[in-house]
Amino acid sequence: MASTPRDRAPAWVLIMLAVDVEKKLGAFALNAQFESESGATVLFGPSGAGKTSVINMIAGLLKPDRGRIVLDSDVLFDGAARIDVPVWRRRIGYVFQEGRLFPHLSVRHNLDYGRWMGGHAAAAAAFTHVVEMLDIGPLLDRRPGRLSGGERQRVAVGRALLMRPRLLLLDEPLASLDAARKQDILPYFERLRDEAKVPMIYVSHDAAEVRQIASRVVRLDGGKVTATGGVELLTA
Amino acid sequence: MFELTPQDWTAVALSLRVAVVSTVVALPFGIAIATLLARKNFKGKSLVDAIVLLPLVLPPVVTGYLLLITFGRKAPVGAFLADYFGIVFSFRWTGAALACGIMAFPLMVRAIRLSIEAIDRRLEDAAATLGANRTWLFLTVTLPLALPGIIAGMMLAFARALGEFGATITFVSNIPGETQTISAAIYTLTQVPGGDAAALALVIVAVIISLAALIASEWLARRATARLHGS
Repeated sequence: MASTPRDRAPAWVLIMLAVDVEKKLGAFALNAQFESESGATVLFGPSGAGKTSVINMIAGLLKPDRGRIVLDSDVLFDGAARIDVPVWRRRIGYVFQEGRLFPHLSVRHNLDYGRWMGGHAAAAAAFTHVVEMLDIGPLLDRRPGRLSGGERQRVAVGRALLMRPRLLLLDEPLASLDAARKQDILPYFERLRDEAKVPMIYVSHDAAEVRQIASRVVRLDGGKVTATGGVELLTA
Repeated sequence: MFELTPQDWTAVALSLRVAVVSTVVALPFGIAIATLLARKNFKGKSLVDAIVLLPLVLPPVVTGYLLLITFGRKAPVGAFLADYFGIVFSFRWTGAALACGIMAFPLMVRAIRLSIEAIDRRLEDAAATLGANRTWLFLTVTLPLALPGIIAGMMLAFARALGEFGATITFVSNIPGETQTISAAIYTLTQVPGGDAAALALVIVAVIISLAALIASEWLARRATARLHGS
């Protein structure tokens, strides 16, 4: 039976992320409000719409001029109350467009990095689960410099997952890959949504790419949210 | 013909000790200053930058003189350190190490600073999202990525310390067994009629040590760079 995208988000879930931010970046003014729930929220819009700036603000890498960001009941940023939780305390996983694996560490140590920094004991079951889900077992002892683009992105996803994030941000994670590679990796993101059950914000400008993944779509254009809804918003 | 006298050996051993100690002691300060200059913008930054570079452009004798009037036995800083910590620099090998460390400092800072500036800061952002606070981020990402520059900086500092002459001899004189390094010993020998033959043996030792240091640091830097790029 075919499921509509809205069905993918469990019905019992309340709004978990509320974003209301303003930021001037040179001549560009960003002013975005949206809310998201579990499942995958796709932040969709053309290049230069401010998508990456928005998730950088959620991650804490970019400071809004004004506004409020709340995850679950945890205030991450509140300009008026002068709350700005530092990046490293937010526990928000981030998969960057270019992977950004640590070149001096093996794949295994890249995957372990978040656990080390969080001070958690080794969790063999979780590690094996993520490694199997992403098919990166044979890569564990290699260094990132020796990986293909697709392998690198899968490792980057694994690294973000193994830090046990409350929320996963994906910034055009497939942008550097060719079409065939994209089709290879997309199923992993679906498994991520359905099996790992980590809420995701997925940034993309490619409607075809995110149609399979989106539980919910937020359209961003010229620094403003122009629509929120389901996959019907995924038009060029 | 190329035999070293006991006094030569003493000078060689002293030179190595002075070069190693000055390099190792200068390293944490070098990393701190290099990081500060590479990463922070603050009032008076160009002044700090200039002061760090000063020993490179000042005549070494002037640096030695400044050390003498600062760290000498009867100079303010020197007297304080001697009375409260028992650290004496004047006419001791420790003073030679201080002079060498200060002369080598600009080269060390420059090499480390360049490698820190070359680091892709987006990797540090990635580490922060993974839960690394500033200290851990520095220790697990910044420092390892700067390692080739740190090795190069140590090598330059070691070589500079080994060759230091002017500041050292001005500050702590030329006392066999205490402050007479290879350079000072060669200088002393060449001042004596017929001493150039004896000096040749020390010259050869100096060439061998420098060459060995150069090869070792090249090898280490290649290994460190290779580690960063995949193999």
